[in-house]
Amino acid sequence: MALFEARHLHKRFADQVVLEDITLSFEENQISGIMGPNGAGKTTCFNVLTGRYRPDRGTVFFDGKDITGLPPRKIARHGIARSFQMMNLFDEYTALENIVLALPEVSARGFSMTHNLAHDVDAQDRGAAVLARIGLGGREHTPASDLSYGQRRALEIGIALAAEPRMLFLDEPTSGLGTDATATLATLIQEIRKSVTIVIIEHDMKFLFDLADRIAVIHWGQVIAQGTPETLRENEWVRTSNLGALA
Amino acid sequence: MNSKSIRNLFTAPMLVSFLVFGTMPFWIDAIGLYQYLGLEVMIWVIFALAVNLLLGYTGLPSFGHGAFLGIGAYAFGLTQFNIAANLWVSLFGAVAATAVLGGLVAAFISHRRGIYFALMTIACAQIFFFIASKWTDVTGGEDGLLNIQRLPLDLGLAEISIKSNFNLYYLCFAAYVIIVVGMWRLVNSPFGKIITAIKQNDSRVAFLGYNVWLYKWIIFTLSCAISGLAGALFAMAQEGAYINIMSLQWSGIVILIVLIGGGFISFWGPVLGVIFYFLARDILGAYTEAWLLWFGLIFMLMVMFKPEGLAGIWQDAQLMFGRRKEAPQACPEPNHAGGD
Ligand SMILES: Nc1ncnc2c1ncn2[C@@H]1O[C@H](COP(=O)(O)OP(=O)(O)O)[C@@H](O)[C@H]1O
Ligand SMILES: [Mg+2]
Repeated sequence: MALFEARHLHKRFADQVVLEDITLSFEENQISGIMGPNGAGKTTCFNVLTGRYRPDRGTVFFDGKDITGLPPRKIARHGIARSFQMMNLFDEYTALENIVLALPEVSARGFSMTHNLAHDVDAQDRGAAVLARIGLGGREHTPASDLSYGQRRALEIGIALAAEPRMLFLDEPTSGLGTDATATLATLIQEIRKSVTIVIIEHDMKFLFDLADRIAVIHWGQVIAQGTPETLRENEWVRTSNLGALA
Repeated sequence: MNSKSIRNLFTAPMLVSFLVFGTMPFWIDAIGLYQYLGLEVMIWVIFALAVNLLLGYTGLPSFGHGAFLGIGAYAFGLTQFNIAANLWVSLFGAVAATAVLGGLVAAFISHRRGIYFALMTIACAQIFFFIASKWTDVTGGEDGLLNIQRLPLDLGLAEISIKSNFNLYYLCFAAYVIIVVGMWRLVNSPFGKIITAIKQNDSRVAFLGYNVWLYKWIIFTLSCAISGLAGALFAMAQEGAYINIMSLQWSGIVILIVLIGGGFISFWGPVLGVIFYFLARDILGAYTEAWLLWFGLIFMLMVMFKPEGLAGIWQDAQLMFGRRKEAPQACPEPNHAGGD
């Protein structure tokens, strides 16, 4: 059994069927990719897998445990973290504060009302290390709202990373990034893949085909193809969509 | 306790406030004001700080918080009449009753946010108001609960009368010191950082594994308990518990106070707001019956031109005079090594 398995997921909003019989599995220590056109249901799929929405039908298993329909906080407690396509930061907080709140040792004693978090040298150091890793070293005390777009994208991923998850879902992490920032992000993902299982929704096909071990294509709420990047290059949908960059 | 941990306990603005409030009874008459005003200020500061834990720190608009001030006042009186005419027992009764009822309300509303949360707090406050006005056997209805005693302060070795406004003031001041020190720790603790993260983005907090509902429940209940303490002190100040403080009008005024003071950007916003409100009442009130109208106008101007309130004006002034802005959230410099 794969580390993460979703079986026969269905999800509808009012009378719009958004996910129809989605079955996906993600192997431990691999990078899995999800691609497909806008509105295909990719983000909704992540939302179902990470607890924002409960599926109408189907099951989700992580590490052999049934996590179907659990709320986000319980799924997070299983060691699953995610980043968001629409940025989702704590804008009044500094970059460092954004990260520190996600650290496992901080979330483990979130009910502590007396010790001063800003004086917690361990947590501050660990947070700073995460920032350095995502290229935000030196930005510790900049409010998240004052960071550039690219830096905010990096912080979005940093928050998910800081939780030290076993499983990391990234929703269009390169969205809006320039070539350099995209390359940096690819390097970061190559590095963290050693310690975490990753699933990436991505529209930048070159980025995805270079990184992913396996890729699934979602269209109209269904998985229309999946396989290794090599096999998928032959796929009709993949070929007809914009693949100039892939050559 | 070493000097570092003492420094973590107190901050410069905190010590200034202790100095000002700690000496107030000695100079308040000299500036043309009176002792009872100091008492009111001190009690409302505690209440406004409690409200700001919700509004400013957690982003939870509780528009019916006057109910908990009132419940604290009634519970203080009822405890001293029916259980024990002892100050500590009665204070405990007030805090416990508001914590229990606040916890009950919180259990019903903690899954809400924004305007729905606000409406639920108003609805709950109206229920408490209705009960207090109809249950005349217990609350005295429209007449209120009369003859609440300023019970002597039993310190074990000595017993101090707090019948004078001067002495009662210092009891309130002591409560203020404890609450400010405790609250400052709270808002800088992991718990405090999480509630303020909830204010900014509650769904992301949940995706980090935190139980948002429980954090909201705890902070609401805590805020109610502190409001209950303020209510108990108010009952002693007024020597009675009256229904009018439970009205929505008072709940609204404390929100105005917190916003005018700048509770969203500063811990001290509610303190500034309370001082401003009572000064406006006494100074404007000396000229016109319609002073609340003028106060409302000031509030509107503030919202339009300086929504960060008095604390915002203060910060601007500090920047203008070139002093470094006091940044309570900032981390101490030597801590960020940033290892790669
Ligand atoms: N909360 C929601 N309520 C109603 N419709 C939704 C909701 N979330 C997504 N949808 C709809 O589901 C479809 C798929 O959206 P989404 O999963 O965001 O696509 P993708 O991420 O693949 O671009 C879209 O038509 C979108 O409008
Ligand atoms: Mg999407």
